[in-house]
Amino acid sequence: MNFLYCLIIPLLLNLLISLGCTPAQTNVERGISEQVLYIGIGSEPEGLDPHLVSGVTEHYVLLSLFEGLTTVDPKTLDILPGVAESWTISDDGLSYTFHLDSEAMWSNGDSVSAHDFVFSYERILSPKLGAPYAYMLYSIKGAEAFHKGQTDSFSTVGVEALDARTLKIQLHSVTPYFLSLPTHFTWWPVHPPTILKHGAMTDRISKWTQPKHFVGNGPFALKSWRLNNGISVVQNSFYRAADRLKLNGIEFLPINLETEERAFRAGQIHITSGVPTARIDWYRSNRPESIRFDPYLGVYYYLVNTEKAPLSDKRVRQALAYAINRESLTEYVLKGGQKPAYHFTPPNTGGFTADKNFTYDPERARALLAEAGFPKGDNFPEIELLYNTSESHKIVAEAIQQMWKQELGITIRLHNQEWKVYLDSRQKGDFDIARAAWIGDYLDPYTFLGLGISDSGNNHSGWKDAPFDQLLTQATQTLDNDERFELFQKAEDRLIEAMPFIPIYFYVRSLLIDSSVQGWHSNILDYHPYQFISLKAED
Amino acid sequence: MFQLSIKRLIQAIPTLWIIATLTFILMQLTPGGPFDQEKPVTPEIKKLIEAHYGMDKPIHEQYIQFIVKRLQGDFGPSYKYAGWDVDEIIAQAFPVSLELGLYALIIAIFIGVPLGILTALFHKKPMEIVFMSIALIGICLPAFVLGPLLLLVFSTELGWFNPFGWNSFSDRILPAFTLGLFYAAFIARLTRSGTLDVLKHPYIQTAKAKGLSSIRILFVHTLRSALSSVVSYLGPAVAGMISGSFVVETLFFIPGLGSFFVNSAFNRDDTMVMGTVLFYAALIILFNLIVDLIQIWMNPKLNRD
Repeated sequence: MNFLYCLIIPLLLNLLISLGCTPAQTNVERGISEQVLYIGIGSEPEGLDPHLVSGVTEHYVLLSLFEGLTTVDPKTLDILPGVAESWTISDDGLSYTFHLDSEAMWSNGDSVSAHDFVFSYERILSPKLGAPYAYMLYSIKGAEAFHKGQTDSFSTVGVEALDARTLKIQLHSVTPYFLSLPTHFTWWPVHPPTILKHGAMTDRISKWTQPKHFVGNGPFALKSWRLNNGISVVQNSFYRAADRLKLNGIEFLPINLETEERAFRAGQIHITSGVPTARIDWYRSNRPESIRFDPYLGVYYYLVNTEKAPLSDKRVRQALAYAINRESLTEYVLKGGQKPAYHFTPPNTGGFTADKNFTYDPERARALLAEAGFPKGDNFPEIELLYNTSESHKIVAEAIQQMWKQELGITIRLHNQEWKVYLDSRQKGDFDIARAAWIGDYLDPYTFLGLGISDSGNNHSGWKDAPFDQLLTQATQTLDNDERFELFQKAEDRLIEAMPFIPIYFYVRSLLIDSSVQGWHSNILDYHPYQFISLKAED
Repeated sequence: MFQLSIKRLIQAIPTLWIIATLTFILMQLTPGGPFDQEKPVTPEIKKLIEAHYGMDKPIHEQYIQFIVKRLQGDFGPSYKYAGWDVDEIIAQAFPVSLELGLYALIIAIFIGVPLGILTALFHKKPMEIVFMSIALIGICLPAFVLGPLLLLVFSTELGWFNPFGWNSFSDRILPAFTLGLFYAAFIARLTRSGTLDVLKHPYIQTAKAKGLSSIRILFVHTLRSALSSVVSYLGPAVAGMISGSFVVETLFFIPGLGSFFVNSAFNRDDTMVMGTVLFYAALIILFNLIVDLIQIWMNPKLNRD
């Protein structure tokens, strides 16, 4: 019996004490007084090596730890100097010379040199590293050939350190949006001595990203990282503009949407990575000042397998596209401020907004289907709509299934697969219609329309159109923006006419944000450099 | 007892080998790989990445290499989390799961056993229905219902607890209850039937006739044998509490091993799947052995078998 008392009494005491000590101060309040931002990032980053990751979650964290040649003004999306304090562009637009800021330092005090960039670009382009996003550097002369292993010599690639402070990059063709590329993490430098201390340049498996080894050149330095628990960063005292930093640190919390929302309500985080659909209405009516819907560079679409009958018939694909009531879908089903999509490239992608080439027109859809040999949907074989298992994809699929049934009289079977199985089916063309989405990598229509190119690894529709490919090739060689936009419009026209991708809606990023957060501006790239952010107590 | 332990440990070797082989085969059969993603890399690059991890070799070579590596205690790097080794992740996450499991165990025992005894003592009285209903509710409410309910009441409404995290002691309470109550309900039922069984025995009647206090009868003469079914249930229960806390870990955002265990399968993080499967298998074998030893200690008759 005695031992029972020994166990129970301390436990109860402990419980009482801890109840009494429930934190009086929330993270949000503590954050304001200490200038530490608590931010939800949705899931655990796959890594902190900017050359090996590819996701949005990783971007949020890496943006605090690294800095590229240029950065972005979060308000206007203008290009700002980053590690490069200035640059010159040759008259033919093919050669960029960057002059590095002499105060740009790594978090261990080494200065950031042009040679570090050359090393970094060689690393990410080395086929052996297997960087998933190496193609982001293909605008550099010779980069694609080197990455595809056609040559082993990096000297054939147009990157050169003229001296420690001067970096020259030569492009293989004119790229009007080139200065926006170095704002992406694939273009950020890594610290060569740190990489080499923990393995060879092209080793994927390396310990250099662990907190005790990590060296970066961003405004913040890595303090701790526990998987599924959080990443803490603190001010990097060597940062070139450290005196201008307002935040002292950031806590990145990889919590899921539902937990994030609860944490936000309890005053435990300043910013969430999203809002659960079921909670949107509540915030709209009860705390409208806390919820934001920012336009986002992404399109949600249905991918059609054009190699399978009856979907190989263009008229059938068009009928399917015209019979979807996108307005009612976004307003009553999605509810999160998403925009109905009547073209493929999201509006205002690098200044380009495509023309609306079709409308919701069930009448015409029925006529087209009849023309294709299925009047009122008669004899239309039962086809399958594939999506990866997720409640949000399911409700969209069910709504569209219903619309097609009602308007066209055709029956679609819904089929969901777990994410990796779905990717496998999509890759193998083992589907009729599949839910898909594309998030732009940079601010140019090419990042979307490039998906339709015949030999693109991301075009799983089986649709091949030589004139479309040609239009895009032409666009990459044109410097004048009006001319380029005209070419992109023509490409859009061909894509929408053939309808291998049925656009459904354009993404918005919905998030919850505490009123103390200053300097977080809505922008289509969802790009929020932390050096511009501060926390201010309410008056 | 010593002999039994040695025998069990030797038996564990083929068991683990079979588990490892089956897991290996299942992983080969599952469509999709660890490096498939929304924006796929070119087939050439994918091959190079796979070469990094030895996935380009013929299947039997991969299998042999895989078994040899595990024998050397090398669980390899995680495919999903670049820069982390599987054993590092287990070392970081398992203590959290263990701690959560232990708190849940304490709750399960200290709620389950008294509740079971009370129901037995009130056998065929109205109070029995009350206590049994409590136990039934515990069994019927899964963690993904109970957890959000507790969160809603004690965190969102009353503000007594953090809605997520694993930092202060108070962060342990709601998850431990969520996980422990289900097992408490089970233990209550087992304790009840065990106690009722024992109370029917003649030696209890004798004890009563000799005028022993009912407290002494209960604690000294009844519980020891009444609890033997509870103890044998504790082996799998403890393993379940430690490994099966995925839902609770996800709900409360706890950095334990359960979420790695489940998510590694979704991520096709083969080394992580294998590492956690083998780790848990070894753990369950160990717990079952401990339970057997405790049972022998409680009932020396078993030692003869």
